[in-house]
Order: sequence, then structure tokens, then C-alpha cells
Amino acid sequence: MMDVEILSRIQFAGTIMFHYLFPPLSIGLGLQLFLCELAFFRTRNPAWEAAARFWTRVFAVNFAMGVSTGIVMEFEFGTNWAVYSRFVGDVFGSALAAEGIFAFFLESGFLAVLVFGWDRVGPGMHLFSTLMVFLGSMFSAVWIVVANSWQQTPAGYHIVWHDVQGEMMPRAEVTDFWAMVFNPSSVDRLTHTLIGALVLGAFFVASVCSYYLLKNRHEEVARRCLSIALPTALLFTIAAAMTGHHSAQQLVDTQPAKLAAMEAHFKTTEDPTGLYLFGWPDTKNEKVHFGVKLPYLLSLMVYNDPMKPVPGMDKIPDDERPPIWLPFQTFHLMVGLGTLMIGVSGFACLSWYRNTFGKQRWLLWAIVCMPVAAMTANQAGWITAEVGRQPWIVYPSVQDGVQMMGLRTADGLSESVTAEQVLSSIILFGIIYSLLFAVWVFVLNNKIQHGPESSEELTEYKRKRHAQTMADKFRQSSGSHGGDMMEDENV
Amino acid sequence: MSYDLLTFIWFVLLGVLLCGYTILDGFDLGVGILHPFLAKDDRERRLVMNSIGPLWDGNEVWLVTFGGALFAAFPVAYATVFSSFYTAFYLLLTCLIGRAVSLEFRSKVHSKPWRKFWDVGFFLSSFTAAFLLGVAGGNTMAGMELGPKYLYEGNLLSQIYWYPLLVGCLTVSLFALHGAIYLYLKTEDELQARVRRAITPLLYAFATLYIIVTIATWAHVPHATENIAAYPILWIVPALNVLAIMNIPRAMHLGKPAYAFFTSSMVILALASLFSVAVFPNFMRSTIDPAYNVTLENARSSAGTLKTMLVIALIGMPCVISYTVIIYWIFRGKVKLDSNSY
Repeated sequence: MMDVEILSRIQFAGTIMFHYLFPPLSIGLGLQLFLCELAFFRTRNPAWEAAARFWTRVFAVNFAMGVSTGIVMEFEFGTNWAVYSRFVGDVFGSALAAEGIFAFFLESGFLAVLVFGWDRVGPGMHLFSTLMVFLGSMFSAVWIVVANSWQQTPAGYHIVWHDVQGEMMPRAEVTDFWAMVFNPSSVDRLTHTLIGALVLGAFFVASVCSYYLLKNRHEEVARRCLSIALPTALLFTIAAAMTGHHSAQQLVDTQPAKLAAMEAHFKTTEDPTGLYLFGWPDTKNEKVHFGVKLPYLLSLMVYNDPMKPVPGMDKIPDDERPPIWLPFQTFHLMVGLGTLMIGVSGFACLSWYRNTFGKQRWLLWAIVCMPVAAMTANQAGWITAEVGRQPWIVYPSVQDGVQMMGLRTADGLSESVTAEQVLSSIILFGIIYSLLFAVWVFVLNNKIQHGPESSEELTEYKRKRHAQTMADKFRQSSGSHGGDMMEDENV
Repeated sequence: MSYDLLTFIWFVLLGVLLCGYTILDGFDLGVGILHPFLAKDDRERRLVMNSIGPLWDGNEVWLVTFGGALFAAFPVAYATVFSSFYTAFYLLLTCLIGRAVSLEFRSKVHSKPWRKFWDVGFFLSSFTAAFLLGVAGGNTMAGMELGPKYLYEGNLLSQIYWYPLLVGCLTVSLFALHGAIYLYLKTEDELQARVRRAITPLLYAFATLYIIVTIATWAHVPHATENIAAYPILWIVPALNVLAIMNIPRAMHLGKPAYAFFTSSMVILALASLFSVAVFPNFMRSTIDPAYNVTLENARSSAGTLKTMLVIALIGMPCVISYTVIIYWIFRGKVKLDSNSY
């Protein structure tokens, strides 16, 4: 029988990784959808409307998955990590509550208008609702990344000891709300995460549209959407590289152990530090097998100075070292995929500019595959960030010159929960999530194969719809039967 | 503002969020419970599902925000309640996921077995979610085996006995009644007539269970009436509750279904208030030793956090309420199917 700790870690990693498939796509698609609708609003071209209606349907399927798997995350802190929840409730809870009030209500409310409101509200109101859903999903990311960043680089708090039935227990309490929100890593991590999501959305749209071009289907809509998706993809992949660089640079001050793990940098030397392009770290012998190293580069990247050595894992006490192999590989995977995405989107934009896009089939196929690269990069980045901070669930930090206690992941568990309970929840959710994933892929594929309506179909649908509404109005105003009692009173 | 007053305000605000959730998601779950019995063909099923289509997601957010606010305002209660109800809670989450995806996926494919599968999923998840909410409420009322340092010493089996099960039946019948009145408002013609015929038996079932649970509470949970005994003014809560229940048939008889819906919302509000009055000042009562109770005082966060959160709530809630009203206004009237429907 495995113990509660390892099971709880597996459960948390599994549920959050599954959840994290959907929100980045919702955020990224949200922007593409908004841009399509904005184009429709300004040009009133039915092809843009067909595009926006199509992406709305794709968005809705994805959004429902994000919401339903997200609700699990919110309660999991209490069910599986009760000790952690008591320790950080004062801090972490307020960010979560702010997410509920400022983000979830906004997105879920206007989602109704976005998905069901096409025939009920005007284009202006619909455009506004799309913007609100997009902003809501961004706000949601803001608060959740702030909460997570606080655990990585805590700020604006102090530790208070409480007497719990005779035993003193520590708790982190907020002393400065804005210092908590704008902790040293919030802004860097938030911009990098959001841009990662926008990259995914842009490539998703570009991928589906390139597929249509390959199959000679829905070409009008596909070309229009590509004119938005390709430049945004290039813009955001470059921005992702820049923000990623920033994010990594602050690690040397805030989480040197994570930086050392990401680079498998075992021993601090007097000489400048090099950067591995790839390799196979071996923690036991403190070596990197098959590694290819570029000299000076890590020093240059971290300090903007090629000569200054970067501290290695030997500066970290033995029992505070994170695993190395996984953060190393996921970090390098993310960087590699990022470079690939910059290359592909750069090529695509050049080809679009030269008006040869669509003739190079290899390029179309490359773009079709890009969402997988973007999704993998998002997940890999998350794994680097979370595994790299172990063994801490809340990092120890220095506040006003005072060393604050952290909380180890192993100490954050719910004491009253048994291994059997956690295991059964893993099995239950394993089955449900596998089923959901299959259904999601199936329905998404269905939607994509069906594709957007043509402009003519859409115009015909709207004409019929209008006639039906007029007939309904006529029926309601002419007879005393057919309506319900409420309406009768108003007549 | 004193720390104790802040604490009390947050207890009330959590009550507001919980009431918001039970009133709004109550009719969603009720519609889910009733749909296999009331809708006869595919078109009617779609009508029933689309009656809550644009709204259920926003309604569920009340629960999510309740969770976040409980975490922030009373972290000890959040941690203790959810880790104690571990298995029950995972089942509830399963149901909420099941309901969401049943609605979302059902009408996406034209296939009989596909639709049947999600129909069954929609019913089972709605029914079980309503039942589990009641079971959790019943256990909280009666007290649980809470040991020292907030450690729960019972298990799922000690949470399943006659009293919480009875409360579970009460919530199922209440949500079904609430959902039926909502459906009556949103449907027309033959389907509406069928819904109308279901309301009266549902009302009888609910009223009977209400009486049984009241007697059971008196016998099994003696401390439930302590607060009412100490402050007789609180008698107004059960009195209003009974009046609200009796007003439902009156409103229906008068032919004012919107008024009936308002009344059944008030029944839920009164029941939730009754629950709050009964448990105050505890979140969880220990059946082992009252010293181990999770109370407002030992579960709250720091005064600073409660104050910050109050500012957040004061800025956020007016926005939330205003766009909730806008959304309900946009989707007013009878439910109609179009190309965007489920």
C-alpha cells in the first residue's frame, strides 16, 4: 500500500494537469473569438459572423470542461491538504475568493450571452459579452497565478502562533495585501502564463484553419481566421520567450534551488557557468550524461554578465533539494518547443506576406501539429515550476530581514484522510477523466469536421429565424389562448 | 469595526452565498431530477435542458465562491469540513462534473444511445448531488465525531444513518418542487400541463418530509433549538418557513407561477436560515467533546483578512448582482430551441 503523501501528490498533479488542458485554451480562444467578432462588428461581413459562431461552439465545449474540472481543484485544498489550508487560508483563501467574485461570475454570466445569445441580443452586446468572458478568464488566471506565486515567493505576511487545544500551531497571516498580491514573482509568472495561453489559442485556430486549407474546405472562413491567428501566434511566441527569460532571471534571487534543478547545475565553480542544450542528469553521481553545454551562456542569461558564476545545487542543504531530472527535462522541452513555435510561426507569417501560404503543404501540416507543441509547452512549464519548488509547498522567505518558516509539502496533508480514501478518489477520477477526455476529443473533432456554416447558410438561417419570431409575436398578440397566465395579465 | 462583528458579518455573508447557491442551483438540480419523468420525447428533453441552459453555470459559481470565501474567512472550518466529508465530497464533485458534461455533450451527436446515456447521467448526477447536499447538512446539524486538533475520527459509514438520509430526502423533494415551479414558468402547452400536474404531489411529498424531519430534529438533535429557546424572536424563522410552504399552493391556485417560484425560493431561504440559527456559533459540532467544536471563533482568519475580504465583497457583489439580473433579463420568457441550444 502506498502512503497518503505520495498518493495525494499523484492526485493533485493528475487533477491539476487535466484541468490545465482547458483554461489556457479558453483564454487563448477567447482572444481569437473576440478578434473575429470585432472584425464582424466593423465589417458586417457574414463570413466573419460564421467564423465567430463556429469558434463559439468550440469555445463552449472547452469551457464546460474547464469549469467542471476546476471546481474539483478549489475543494481539493480542503479535502486533501487540510493542514496546508489551515496554514495559508488567511492568504491563499482571499485570492481564491477574489477569483470567485471578480472572475467566475463575470465569465459564467456573460458566457450565457456568448453561447446562447446569438439570436437574442444585437452584435454590439454580443461583442461586449465576448470581451467580458475573455476578460473574466484572464482575471481568473490573475488570481490563481497570484495565489500560486505567493507560495513560491511569499511576501506581505507574518507568522502567528495559535493555541489549538493546548498545542501551538503556526499560521501565515496577511500584513500587507498588495505586497502579497505583487510578490516578487507574480508579475513575471502571470505574464508568462497568460502569453502561453494566448499562444495556444492562436495556434489552435491556425491549426484548424490550415487543416481546412489542406482539405479544401471552408476556405473563405479559414483564410480570414488565419489572417488573425498567424500574426498573433508569432507575436505571442516571441513575447513568451521574452517573459520566460525574465521569469527565469528572478529565480536566482528567489528560488536558486529551482534554477539549479532546471539546469542540472550541481557544483558551484569559480568559472562562468555554461548552459546545457540537452542531457540526461544523474542526481546520484551529480553528473549530466550525453550533455551538450554552451559555455558562459547561463551566466549571461541570468546576470546579463558572461563572467559571473551562478550558484549551484551544492549551496542548497541536502534535505531542501528538489528533484532534478524532471524539472531539467520539462524546462528544456518547453524552451525547445518555444523555439520551434517561433520558427514555424515566423515561416508562416513570411509565407502569408509573400502570398504563397497554402501552397507549401509541409508548412500547413506543421501548423496543424502546433497546438500539441503549445499544449505540451504549457504543461511542461507548469511541471518545471511546481516540481522545482519541492520539497516546499510554501517556500521559506525572508521578510524585513527575518527568516520566515516555510511549509513542506509532506507536512501539508489532511491528517484524517486515509490512503484508501485518496486511492479510491484517484481511481474514481481516473475513470471519469479518461471518459471525459475521450468524449471531449470526439465532440471537438465532430465540431471541427462539421466546420463553420457558409455565409449563404447563415443568411438563410437568419431569414427563417426572423420569420418565425414574427409569427410568434403575431400569435401572442392575436389570441387569448396559448400564452400563460402571466402574459394574459399583461395583455 | 470589532473583530467579533467582522466575524459575524462573514458568517452572515457565507449564509447569503449558500442561500444564493441553494435557491439558484436548487432549481437546476430539480429540473435534472424531474426531466426523465416529465419530458416525453427528444424535443421536450431539449426544452427542459435548455430552460436552465444559459443559467446553470452562473448558478454553480455561487458554490465555488462560497468555497473560496469559506477558505478565506474561516480556513479551519474549510479544511476540517472538507477533509471530514472526504468521500462524500468527491461523490458530489463527480455529480457536478456529470451534470455539466451531460448538458454540454448530450445534443452534440445525433444518436439515440448517446443521448440516452447523457440523459441518465443528467438525472443521476442531479439527484445524487441534491441528496448529498442534504446528507452533509444533516450531519452538520447532528454533529460529527470530531476529535482533538480538528481531527475527524469517523468515516463515510458513520455519516450514513437515518437522520442525514432523511434530510437528504427532504432536499431532493424541495429541489424537485422548486424545479417543477421553475419549469412551469419556462414551458408551454402540453409539457407545461404535465409539469402542472406534478407540482401538487411534489408539494405533498415535501410537506410530509418537512414535518417528519422537524420531529426527527426535535428528537435526535436537541441542541438545534437552543438558540431559538434563548432568543424567542427567532421563532419568526420557522413561522415564516411554514407560511412560505403554505403559500405555494395558494400562489399556484391564484395562477401566479412567478409568485409561487418566489415563494419556493423563500422556503429555501427560510430553511437555510433555520439551519444557520441551529448551528450558530459552530461550524461543526463534535459529538465526542464540545471542546473540540469548530466554532466561529477558532476557525476565523485574521481581522486584516476579514476586512480586506469585506472590501472585495463590497466592490464585487454589486457587479455580480447587476450582471446576474441582466443575464436573467436577456433569457426571460418561454424557452425556445434554436441553432445555439443544447
